[in-house]
Amino acid sequence: MTRAKFWSWVIFILGALYFLGPLLATVQFSLSIRRTGYSLDAYTNVLQSPAFQQTFTYSLLVGVAAIIVGLLIVVPAAYFVRLRAPQLRPIIEFVTLLPLIIPPIILVFGYIRLYNSSSILPLTNSDWGTNILLTLAYVALALPYMYRAVDTGLRTIDVQTLTEAANILGASTPTILIRVIFPNIIVAALSGAFLTLAIVIGEFTIASLLNRQAFGVYMQNVGANRAFEPAALAVISFVITWAAMGAIQLLARFAPKTQRI
Amino acid sequence: MSSDADTVVKTIVAPASAGVAPASGSPLARLAGLRWGDYLGVAPFLVFAVLFLIVPTAWLVIGAFQARDGSFTLQNLIDLGTPQIISSFWISIRVSVASAVMGAIAGLILALAVIRGRLPEGIRSAVLTFSGVASQFAGIPLAFAFIATLGRLGLVTVGLRLVGFDIYRAGFNLLSFWGLTLTYCYFQIPLMVLIIAPAIDGLKREWSEAAATLGATPIQFWRYVGLPVLWPNLLGTLSLLFANAFGAIATAYALTGSSLNIVPILLYAQIRGDVLNNPGLGAALALGMIVIAALANIVYLVIRTRAERWLK
Repeated sequence: MTRAKFWSWVIFILGALYFLGPLLATVQFSLSIRRTGYSLDAYTNVLQSPAFQQTFTYSLLVGVAAIIVGLLIVVPAAYFVRLRAPQLRPIIEFVTLLPLIIPPIILVFGYIRLYNSSSILPLTNSDWGTNILLTLAYVALALPYMYRAVDTGLRTIDVQTLTEAANILGASTPTILIRVIFPNIIVAALSGAFLTLAIVIGEFTIASLLNRQAFGVYMQNVGANRAFEPAALAVISFVITWAAMGAIQLLARFAPKTQRI
Repeated sequence: MSSDADTVVKTIVAPASAGVAPASGSPLARLAGLRWGDYLGVAPFLVFAVLFLIVPTAWLVIGAFQARDGSFTLQNLIDLGTPQIISSFWISIRVSVASAVMGAIAGLILALAVIRGRLPEGIRSAVLTFSGVASQFAGIPLAFAFIATLGRLGLVTVGLRLVGFDIYRAGFNLLSFWGLTLTYCYFQIPLMVLIIAPAIDGLKREWSEAAATLGATPIQFWRYVGLPVLWPNLLGTLSLLFANAFGAIATAYALTGSSLNIVPILLYAQIRGDVLNNPGLGAALALGMIVIAALANIVYLVIRTRAERWLK
């Protein structure tokens, strides 16, 4: 074994300790709710609590809504930029960078100031209005990832030929988008969707400041009041993140590609 | 094998480079010209961006220069000079710098070891995949994980106490500057690995072989070839990691409550209950955060654009 290889192993093992240590500790902690022996009580406590079920369902629904809204605004924009309006690309790409530059807490602070009860569009006035505002906030958070995923999907298919073929057959632009383009980029769109879900499912700042009973807010509450249940929640969250990332990798194998001749 | 892991890399990291992607003109656009329908397709996106990204942020920026009666004032910015606010900015900047520097160095070393260290096949893709997950594993659950590890009853704390070393008696506290920095590294290091991996792949084998043929030692190779090539990327990523930590709040909030007064937590308390007793001051606080985060990102984008040359 060369010296370089030896040090590579040392670094890799140190890294593994730092990254796997907290995971092991969390699993161990989550199982230690009884004084003697391990048990899954912390998990059953969490999973059976109505608050968990309600907040998790709520966050899941908001996440799915954000994905749908995100796709509705991103797919047409990315399609037209790629096909007919490349001069708009710099503007669109600048916009997709904004959510990475503006911290979420600034975004929600702006929303609260702008869409409060005395404004033109008083979204925070009603429950539904606030739900919509939270959904749109999540669309904004996921915008960079969603746009990139869809744009990558469009790059792998021959948008121009598909559009021309559909045009010749008499399809209108909405038909082309829904029945020709979207089915071809569905895999890319799904990886954007899973990443969106991973980002928003446990989101705390925006949900908390909009007073929504979301999963992230519930987790924070549990963390402030319980000892072992938070560890169980951390394990559950890690599994969800891992599943979302795993799904993206799995999907990549099924991505359709049109051959350019 | 590694292509799967690279998919995750692209999905997560790609937005960061979106601003420097070359604009590719499609021939059809030049032939057909633009029609109204084309703008209609882009319109929902632009309307959304204006209403839910640009105007809310601009509103805060304007608010920072408004007195209670709506007239123009610089008083809000001057009022930022209280000891409480200055110290919160200072601790935020320190945590962000420390976690960015530690994350960047550790991430670089880890990425180098994994990609160029001749470790067994599979380790590279395993590390990149894990980095994809860990870089997204932030917020509340991350705080829980570190409490279970290094909190007063955490596994590592208790384990070390059993062998006679009490880290808390030795001065460590998870709810402190170093505790928060160490926790932030959990998402900073993986992010660094994901961003720097393509740059390390860009270091061609031929370069080190050429250097070796000319009689250079590995240290000389890194000093005169490797690091200078990676340098712009390193600096750029550093500012991205800084911005990443600077805007984060959930982890710190769940970890320390309000005992560690970083700027986002102060702003959170201000939005919740106007603790500064002045809405204009809240907006000024937000302006301060926007300016610092934007500066860090601009540095990143500028450096990254220049660094792209080496990766071609």
